Amino acid sequence: MTLEIFGTYAVAICLLIGGAFALIGTIGLLRFNDSMVRLHAPTKVGTIGIGALLLASIIYSYVFSTGSLHELLIMAFLFVTAPISANFIAKVHIHRRACDTPPKPVEDQTWSTLDLPEADRVLVESTQA
Amino acid sequence: MGRAYRWLLPHPLLTLLLAAVWILLQNEFSSGMFVFGLILGVLIPKLTAQFWPDRPVQFNPARMISYMLVVMWDIMVANVQVAWIVLTRPNSKLRPAWIVVPLDLRQPEAITILAGTITLTPGTVSADLSSEGHSLLVHALDAPDPDAIRDEIKHRYERRLKEIFA
Repeated sequence: MTLEIFGTYAVAICLLIGGAFALIGTIGLLRFNDSMVRLHAPTKVGTIGIGALLLASIIYSYVFSTGSLHELLIMAFLFVTAPISANFIAKVHIHRRACDTPPKPVEDQTWSTLDLPEADRVLVESTQA
Repeated sequence: MGRAYRWLLPHPLLTLLLAAVWILLQNEFSSGMFVFGLILGVLIPKLTAQFWPDRPVQFNPARMISYMLVVMWDIMVANVQVAWIVLTRPNSKLRPAWIVVPLDLRQPEAITILAGTITLTPGTVSADLSSEGHSLLVHALDAPDPDAIRDEIKHRYERRLKEIFA
């Protein structure tokens, strides 16, 4: 009985934390005005928001029914894929010049996104003109 | 013996990972499941071996675990910091900046982990790699001192990754 009460509170707290972080991530996405800055809020706050929701799911399954660890897999895949989607959105911003021009790299000529073949460069310049 | 081992298990860690994922997917642990997971773990790396041009790099698993714990803790702290900035800082007072991080790491795997770590932790997103792979472009949400952030990335994460992939 006490375990169930304790579990209920733990699940509720995790759900509240997860919901709050997801809400803050969305507020950040709407509120910031620069395209690169907007990327920050959902990538970071989203991971812990979903992490807390999945933790609630694990606790619920262990306290109220047979345990489940599928959530660990979801979390692992999320942590592996979230940086990649953020990286690609950032690359699109750089490619479309939707953000401040990044500074030069230290050793090399340019950033790989800006390193276009000559034909593509002409195409990009004609669309921007 | 060594050759047979290498022929059967071209990628031992991937074998263990596949077995673990299989058991987690089944949601219950039995010896039959474990054996089937191991069979999958042996078959899948063998069948996909052609897709990896090089053998996987060696790394130090114990240090990898301590690195993961450091990163987990940083993610917690980062989330609270970013949430606080989102809720309290007006747009005009935000100081976003590009940061160029020169890389000492050379292995693609290590650079991938570093870039992923940077995206998941304090107010930074890794945006691009230079054309020859010698520096990483990072965008910071709020950087009063971009050089300090660059030094922290190099000291806190890159130094550890260099030890892991030494």
